[in-house]
Amino acid sequence: MSTGLEPASETPARIVYPGSADPGAPRPATPTGVPHHGGPENPSAAALRARFPDAVRRVQVVWGETTVVVVGERVLEIVRWLHDEPLHLYTYLSDVTAVEFRDPEEPLAVVWHLRSLAYRRFLRLKAEIPPGGPLEADSVWSVFKGADWLERECYDMFGIRFRGHPDLRRILMWEQYLEGFPLRKDFPLRGRFSRAEQLRQALAANPEARYSMEELSIADAFEDLPPSMRARLQGGEQTGE
Amino acid sequence: MDNTRTIDVALSTSGLDAEGRPVRVPLAVDRAGHPVAVTPPQALEPDLQGEHMLINLGPQHPATHGVLRLVLELDGETVVRCIPHIGYLHCGFEKIGEYRQYNQIIPWTDREDYLNSIGNNVAFALGAERLFGIDITPRCTVLRVIAAELSRIISHLVWLGTTCIDIGAFTPFLWAFQERENVYRLLENWVGARLTTSATRVGGMAADIPDGWMDQLRGFLSEFPRTIDEIDRMLTRNAIWVGRTVGLGAMSAEDAENYGLSGPMLRASGVAYDVRKDFPYLDYETYDFEVPVGTRGDVYDRFLVRMEELRQSIRILEQAVVRLPDGPVNIDDPRVILPPKTKAMNEMESMIHHFKQVMEGPRPPIGESYVAVESPKGEKGYYMVSDGTAKPVRWRIRPPSFVNLSAIPKLVEGHLLSDVIAINASIDIVMGEIDR
Repeated sequence: MSTGLEPASETPARIVYPGSADPGAPRPATPTGVPHHGGPENPSAAALRARFPDAVRRVQVVWGETTVVVVGERVLEIVRWLHDEPLHLYTYLSDVTAVEFRDPEEPLAVVWHLRSLAYRRFLRLKAEIPPGGPLEADSVWSVFKGADWLERECYDMFGIRFRGHPDLRRILMWEQYLEGFPLRKDFPLRGRFSRAEQLRQALAANPEARYSMEELSIADAFEDLPPSMRARLQGGEQTGE
Repeated sequence: MDNTRTIDVALSTSGLDAEGRPVRVPLAVDRAGHPVAVTPPQALEPDLQGEHMLINLGPQHPATHGVLRLVLELDGETVVRCIPHIGYLHCGFEKIGEYRQYNQIIPWTDREDYLNSIGNNVAFALGAERLFGIDITPRCTVLRVIAAELSRIISHLVWLGTTCIDIGAFTPFLWAFQERENVYRLLENWVGARLTTSATRVGGMAADIPDGWMDQLRGFLSEFPRTIDEIDRMLTRNAIWVGRTVGLGAMSAEDAENYGLSGPMLRASGVAYDVRKDFPYLDYETYDFEVPVGTRGDVYDRFLVRMEELRQSIRILEQAVVRLPDGPVNIDDPRVILPPKTKAMNEMESMIHHFKQVMEGPRPPIGESYVAVESPKGEKGYYMVSDGTAKPVRWRIRPPSFVNLSAIPKLVEGHLLSDVIAINASIDIVMGEIDR
């Protein structure tokens, strides 16, 4: 769509066309009659099994979507390989989330939804955290910048610490939130604290007055604070409460 | 540049150091003599004192489109750093969904991206139907396409109107909201509600279209292009509009893809990814429409892409009007769909089905599904996991605005404070969806 407004000096931008790496593939169509289990497997799953035989635990196809369950410690390596490998090119990260089952014996799963735009493929990667295991997972932020907030949300809601995330802190809940991780199954729907306690905390908090230590340090605001407050903040205390 | 406080511009605008970690340099270090100040690409004059100012934009600010709070570090009028804060509207939709039957979640989907409520209903129903293993009827498929495209028109019109207001154009706002009113009237005549439609059910729709509704839709489709042309004439070549939008918040195709942007944000940067084309649903592959793509990924390109998408939505709607088949809307499966009221009141079996539907709810088999649709904001995905009971173990919303907004520090850094408003408007955020 030429507008006639482009500066003459600018080199024409590259346009990425999905499906361009696989021009012979049939036109994508709306799936119908998808079986519950089985059906065609995403070709990347077989490639992953061949490339990482000791890291791929199992591959399953449910409702036509291929899930590869992998060893948690290898996720970053696998995602980087899928991203860079010219035969796969999973260059788009749709989602990072986690699933906890109602059955406490079931492992908690961290889920990555990846898309290969070049090949029009969709792949679900899963890493399982056994009950009682450390709530940790690899951060894929070094491959996908878009993972930043998705991982922060997953940490906020489930308490999963993403190794290698540059700035892992709460995102939807406030930083001083004390009740735990809301999407865990042991977290009651109404919250852990009584309504009276929740109300007391909400009234005591002043969310609009709160700057993080990082924010205060970037401008002169920090210098302008009284010395006693500066000392407290430097000791790691949060502002606002 | 004889200013001792300059640093490598590329380094500061990307916000990353050589190892790809974000640069975090407090000003105090700068005073100790280290060269850390920033000369953004558009900086006119460095601040005389070199002192940076911290500004709090939001959470209650009319131009942040909801309760978004941006903490901005300014050098003069130039944004050096932007730290967004969200969560003021968090209501725990995903947690509540774990305590609701599938059909009971549909009203919640209205309320996340409330400019696209009927589109969310459609997306959720599609996700649940994959989890149940249901193929919907041909009439329902076409009705849902009509619903989704009407909803795209509403969302883009609201975006257009509010962005015009943010940038200072008042008249196109009125035109856009008048047309939006017409679409809301259509929805009201169909499902009885304007904003919170709750129009779909697992396996069908809450209601078929009433008699004469198609004529109303045809009337709208014949009138609406004139309004788009008018807005187009008013804005596209308008010197003020072009001056306020061209070159702002540009993102390259590679970056946009890497940041996970989707929808018009991604396409304006030159990535032709549209879920309707590349991972089709609702038989979108059989409709004849184009995916507009920008070249520079700035605010102006996002405007052009959305304007063209409005026209393409009309094209899809015109085809859907022609092809709407007769037949039932809901599938014929008493395990999932409520029986008609007369049957439930007159036949024993239907009454039992009705009772079990309402009290227990339909149960999908054990499994999981991720269904993404092209919402007006981008790739909206619903990830549902079932353990065989009537309530999902996990209901996850993949919010396109959330991921699009996460790139805002990269988009605004180096621009003027007044341009932050235009860039933020161009992302088309809905805080209901971001905070959920």
